Amino acid sequence: MAEGQSPLAQFEIKTLVPIEMFGVNASFTNSSLFMVLTVITVSLFLIGGMRRSAMIPGRWQSMAELSYVFIANMVKDNVGSEGRPYFPFIFTIFMFILVGNFWGMMPYSFTFTSHIAVTFAMAFFVFIGVTIIAIAKHKLHFLTFFMPPGVPMVMAPLLIPIEIISYLSRPISLSVRLFANMLAGHTLLKVFAGFIISLGVAAGWLPFVFVVALTGLEFVIAFLQAFVFAILTCLYLNDALHLH
Amino acid sequence: MASDKDPSKQSPQDLDDFGQKLKKARESEETRRLWKSNVNKAPNSALGVAFRVSVELVSAVAVGFAIGWGFDQLLDTSPWSMVVFIFLGFGAGVMNVYRMAVGMNNAIGYSEKDDASQADKVEETPEEGIDRRG
Repeated sequence: MAEGQSPLAQFEIKTLVPIEMFGVNASFTNSSLFMVLTVITVSLFLIGGMRRSAMIPGRWQSMAELSYVFIANMVKDNVGSEGRPYFPFIFTIFMFILVGNFWGMMPYSFTFTSHIAVTFAMAFFVFIGVTIIAIAKHKLHFLTFFMPPGVPMVMAPLLIPIEIISYLSRPISLSVRLFANMLAGHTLLKVFAGFIISLGVAAGWLPFVFVVALTGLEFVIAFLQAFVFAILTCLYLNDALHLH
Repeated sequence: MASDKDPSKQSPQDLDDFGQKLKKARESEETRRLWKSNVNKAPNSALGVAFRVSVELVSAVAVGFAIGWGFDQLLDTSPWSMVVFIFLGFGAGVMNVYRMAVGMNNAIGYSEKDDASQADKVEETPEEGIDRRG
């Protein structure tokens, strides 16, 4: 396949402004560009929507409020009232992933959530943060996390390593889920779009129908994955705050 | 609240009317059902579940492998700790999948949630949005 025609070419990182800091490549890339665009979009959406908060909200204000209430309820249901201080963090992470995914749905754009480096950084940050919260709140009692109550001591040498591995696998499953979904979905779209051209007028309409359906599905996945990331963050936070 | 800011735009009559309509809409069975089914429940497609299960399983094995490999490098016991930890990782993966399947999500230590109280909480959500505003 020719250069730039591969279905994976869309995930290529391109340096826009080369920056070298302390021997580290900190260039401004197309990935950074879309992160900046995402932050700007979210800010405009929320600040613009609440610019004049009317008693009876208009469409824009409704959407801004809906997204707020959606996450507020998620935090309330999954973490409880102790989760209130962490609402801004969860709301930020949700909006960032959601809008980033939607930006990725634009033709010729770049999906930064399709890179494991990005999703793992976010998941790892959540993991470290949640662990620190748990240790700060429960001190050494945190260690009972790895030893479920009512288990005979004989089982401890086997069970504790298993629980620790299970705990450590959280950031990996959290990040892989988001990244793999975005990567697979976008690659699939490109592959099917390629079929349209190669099959021509005779049978090209069949993959075309698929692409239309897949695009719809991708929008659902874009929302769903942001939702899953936020809700799992809530659940981890709930574990950290309440242990068992 | 916002009503204090611009009383000129909406007459009290209009507001009362609107409040009545809003109340009616919120109390309708339809809305209640919609909120109950949609809020905080990811639609579970078969493919989605299959994907989640595989990710849970594989990530735990990967962590087990990484820990085992690390110990091998430190203690020069290659390949024994890797073998042991891959099996432990597999155990952890099965545990992750089991927890996911029975709906406890990823809770470490058997912290079972009270499902009944959860369901009650969801019901009151439509009111919540209005109170938090402003």
